[in-house]
Amino acid sequence: MTKFEEKQPAVSVDKLMWMYEQMVKIRYYEDQMVEVYSEGKTPVFNIGAGPVPGEMHLATGQEPAAAGIIVHLTKDDTVTAPHRPHHHAIAKGVDLKRMTAEIFGKESGLGKGKGGHMHLFDPKVKFSCGGIVAAGIPHAVGAAMANKMRGKDWVAVAFIGEGAANAGAFHESLNLAALWNLPLIVVVEDNSYGISVPKSASTSVESNDLRASAYGVAGAYVKDNDPIAMYKVAEEAVNRARNGQGPTIIEIQTYRFLGHFQGDPELYRDKEEVPGLRSRDPIDKLRQQLTDSEQVSEKELEEVEARAKQEVDEAYQFARDSDYPLPEAALEDLFTS
Amino acid sequence: METAKKRMLTGNKAMAEAIAQEMENDQNVFVLGEDIGKYGGIFGSTQGLIEKFGPERVLDTPISETAFIGAAIGAAAEGMRPITELMFVDFFGVCMDQIYNHMAKIPYMSGGNVRLPMVLMTAVGGGYRDAAQHSQTLYATFAHMPGMKVVAPSTPYDLKGMMTSAIRDDNPVVFMFHKSLQGLGWMDQLDYSVGHVPEESYTVPLDKANVMREGKDVTIVGIQMMAHHAMEAAKRLAEEGIEAEVIDLRSLAPIDKDTIIKSVKKTHRLLVVDEDYRSYGMTAEVAAIVSEEALYELEAPIRRLAVPDVPIPYSAVLEDFVIPGPERIVEQVKQMMEEG
Repeated sequence: MTKFEEKQPAVSVDKLMWMYEQMVKIRYYEDQMVEVYSEGKTPVFNIGAGPVPGEMHLATGQEPAAAGIIVHLTKDDTVTAPHRPHHHAIAKGVDLKRMTAEIFGKESGLGKGKGGHMHLFDPKVKFSCGGIVAAGIPHAVGAAMANKMRGKDWVAVAFIGEGAANAGAFHESLNLAALWNLPLIVVVEDNSYGISVPKSASTSVESNDLRASAYGVAGAYVKDNDPIAMYKVAEEAVNRARNGQGPTIIEIQTYRFLGHFQGDPELYRDKEEVPGLRSRDPIDKLRQQLTDSEQVSEKELEEVEARAKQEVDEAYQFARDSDYPLPEAALEDLFTS
Repeated sequence: METAKKRMLTGNKAMAEAIAQEMENDQNVFVLGEDIGKYGGIFGSTQGLIEKFGPERVLDTPISETAFIGAAIGAAAEGMRPITELMFVDFFGVCMDQIYNHMAKIPYMSGGNVRLPMVLMTAVGGGYRDAAQHSQTLYATFAHMPGMKVVAPSTPYDLKGMMTSAIRDDNPVVFMFHKSLQGLGWMDQLDYSVGHVPEESYTVPLDKANVMREGKDVTIVGIQMMAHHAMEAAKRLAEEGIEAEVIDLRSLAPIDKDTIIKSVKKTHRLLVVDEDYRSYGMTAEVAAIVSEEALYELEAPIRRLAVPDVPIPYSAVLEDFVIPGPERIVEQVKQMMEEG
């Protein structure tokens, strides 16, 4: 093998560039959210104050989990996400303006201001998320079931945190999906903590892909938050699902650079931990790999970065410029007639 | 004789017929739940469906209520029209997150962008000595929480017509059927668990109470078994010259206020009877509606009969003590007539 070939990633540059753009967009989106969320919350932190109130769970550092599998999906494939959903939503192509407006509680938001950051629904790209740990897995099972009943090769991906793998919904859903051989992929994002409790104190196995054998499904593990490894493992899983070969559990070791939610004092982890994680930033690594491939110029990378940032900036501007709903609108949308 | 020609069906067959007709009409309709295949549903709600539509559309599930009710939600979000069965309403505890945090809230939280056209059917009620974990109705538990239509039909005719409406509705509908009203061979044989059911498809609205009997002296509001007990009580009261109007609510959410108010304005007395717990329940809701909207029409204080805030006990003497029956209704009405 020549030196040049060694540098070649096994994944096409187009795909890697798509993933890179998503990851940059997600990172910039979350960085902006850190700033916006802090508005109105200083000097005294009040969770209910500011233009973006309520809990805020950011995905900074967890970009590879979303980009590495959603690159294989189309708008016909379903994604369900948990309480930390921005990376999945952005990669799935959720309307970024309406998503941001929703997080600002605006009338132009995806849910007209009734959902907020944990409850984003964009049926046009088959994306949903929710605030109850593990509860989105059964919904993905249902989407997979609908796909199978209709004879479509569409798949469903449920993203969960490693803490959710200990909930009953995980076990029930995987048993059912395996039993019915459904096109389901469960992506377990192991960011080491269920809020504050480390995985070692919550989970009886080293990694949740090992649990695959309990259901008779495929399991795969991605270490060190590696987007390219995620790409490869996910490609196999998505192909298996599309070809009627049943579910897969993928666990990816990922990194939560921020607290469980904004305002988390993070007393449960060593102060040196986050700088250590940030030194292995997956975005920096992917950028380096793209540069090393000698197939992408610095200018192209900068263009992608600028485009991603512009899209995010426009989304935030749209959200700020949008109107709040009328108070009485709280009484609407319970039922459809 | 016209009546002699009328086709009679049990409650369970009326329900199953509605489901079958909708499955024929719409490929998106399917059923999933425990023992709903070859067994035909523990209380017969899916009798004959698997023979007609096969295991692809009539799916027996593992004992995984969270997974299969959640899957029904996921399938409904994709445009399917699932009907899922929670075998006993008492089992709600293992899956209420899916029912309430998801099924009931997703349409609202999505600003109406996601529709969940699904039916959650479930068996309710006691009276056959099955004790505290298999005998509740939990009407109010479900009706209390916004985002679900909650219906509890009392006759075979309504079981079919309201099931058809529920399947066609674009909102989540909790369809409670009373075990004793299914007309099953292995339970008490009740006359009113068999009734006239037209063969052709028809609908009964999900938001209208039914005046089962007209009367001028007192309004008795009930649902399912309590509506039938009220009818029995009304018969006995009539022998003593008291004419009771009996309202079968049929729907708990939304509740048909107009029919209740209209009746109370006529009779000026109200007794509410419920097979659910007394506190914070349906009897309190109906009493509050009348207090707010027709208080000055009343000639006697509103009375309530309900399960006296204990779990349903096993032993027959104990269960019969806590679940209201016709005798107690008669007694309450007579006392009310003396007050006014």
